[in-house]
Amino acid sequence: MSARGTLTIDPEKCKGCELCIAACPPDVLTMSTELNSVGYRYPVLHDGCTGCTACSVVCPDFVFDVYRFPRSRT
Amino acid sequence: MTTDSTVERGPVIPTGTAPLGLTPVASTSPLLLGEHSLCPGCGEPVALRILLETLQELGIVQRTIGVVGHGCYGSFVRIMDIDVLQCLHGRAPSCATGIKRMRPDVATFTLQGDGDMVNEGLQEVLHTAARGENVTAILLNNGVFGDTGGQQTATTVVGQRTKTSLEGRDPEIHGNPIPVADLVASLDGVGYVGRGTVGTPGGVLRTKKMIRTAFETQLAGEGFSLVEILTMCPTGWFVTAPQGPDYMASSMEEVYPLGDLRPRTKGTA
Repeated sequence: MSARGTLTIDPEKCKGCELCIAACPPDVLTMSTELNSVGYRYPVLHDGCTGCTACSVVCPDFVFDVYRFPRSRT
Repeated sequence: MTTDSTVERGPVIPTGTAPLGLTPVASTSPLLLGEHSLCPGCGEPVALRILLETLQELGIVQRTIGVVGHGCYGSFVRIMDIDVLQCLHGRAPSCATGIKRMRPDVATFTLQGDGDMVNEGLQEVLHTAARGENVTAILLNNGVFGDTGGQQTATTVVGQRTKTSLEGRDPEIHGNPIPVADLVASLDGVGYVGRGTVGTPGGVLRTKKMIRTAFETQLAGEGFSLVEILTMCPTGWFVTAPQGPDYMASSMEEVYPLGDLRPRTKGTA
């Protein structure tokens, strides 16, 4: 499936609750092995984001900004 | 999904640099002024964000006065860019009544936890609802006194472990939980009562519609409106943050069914 959207992740805001991992329908988020400056692991985006905003909807720390590609590219 | 390092990484762009040509579909509410200090996996920030988004979509941010009780969310309201009054524990509906009667043009909502609304101020919310005041009450129900360390509240479900009921809530000793939204829904003078959850993406979106309906009820002058939002408190429930939504679905959502407990009837025909 080609990517229809993408998102920005702010690792410094993340507290590592992993709610976005279970919420992601295409399953393209995993937790990092590195830690942010506060000591939490944070989500990392892999190929295949659809821009559905599910991660952004459930995130308690407002880590995600979601964008969609123009329709002509899909 | 594997964590194999050979997996191709998607385009990760630093936050704050909006990619050219892309349509933003979700971002942090501009009414949030900073970061909060609530626990990992807490459900309250999600509930408060959809509240702010609803106020913005209705275009009533500049004429909204929030009335908050005492709870974890007290540390969150300081980053909310709206007018907020903090009252005595449990007394938010009465303060909101005063505000609404003096300034009928403003939209007033109360923000209370289960410890605040059901333990400390049960009579306040019931009397305000029975009087049919045009205010909206938002109940953040997580079944524990999160702010003081996770003690049992009146809405803790039977069998649930808390700091003061380590063996699980026992009706013989601790009594039975009080479903306040069901009580309020049975009163005359009430325009709308709904119960939502922030455990799943779909639940969050449905809850946002409930908050919108509650404010529309208030703005149309149809009486008291209440939205009970079930929120996760993994710290108080002795579970890890990723287990929070599943634990909530298996415990609280079994006892407190989701949906419109008293649908809005006036103004919708």
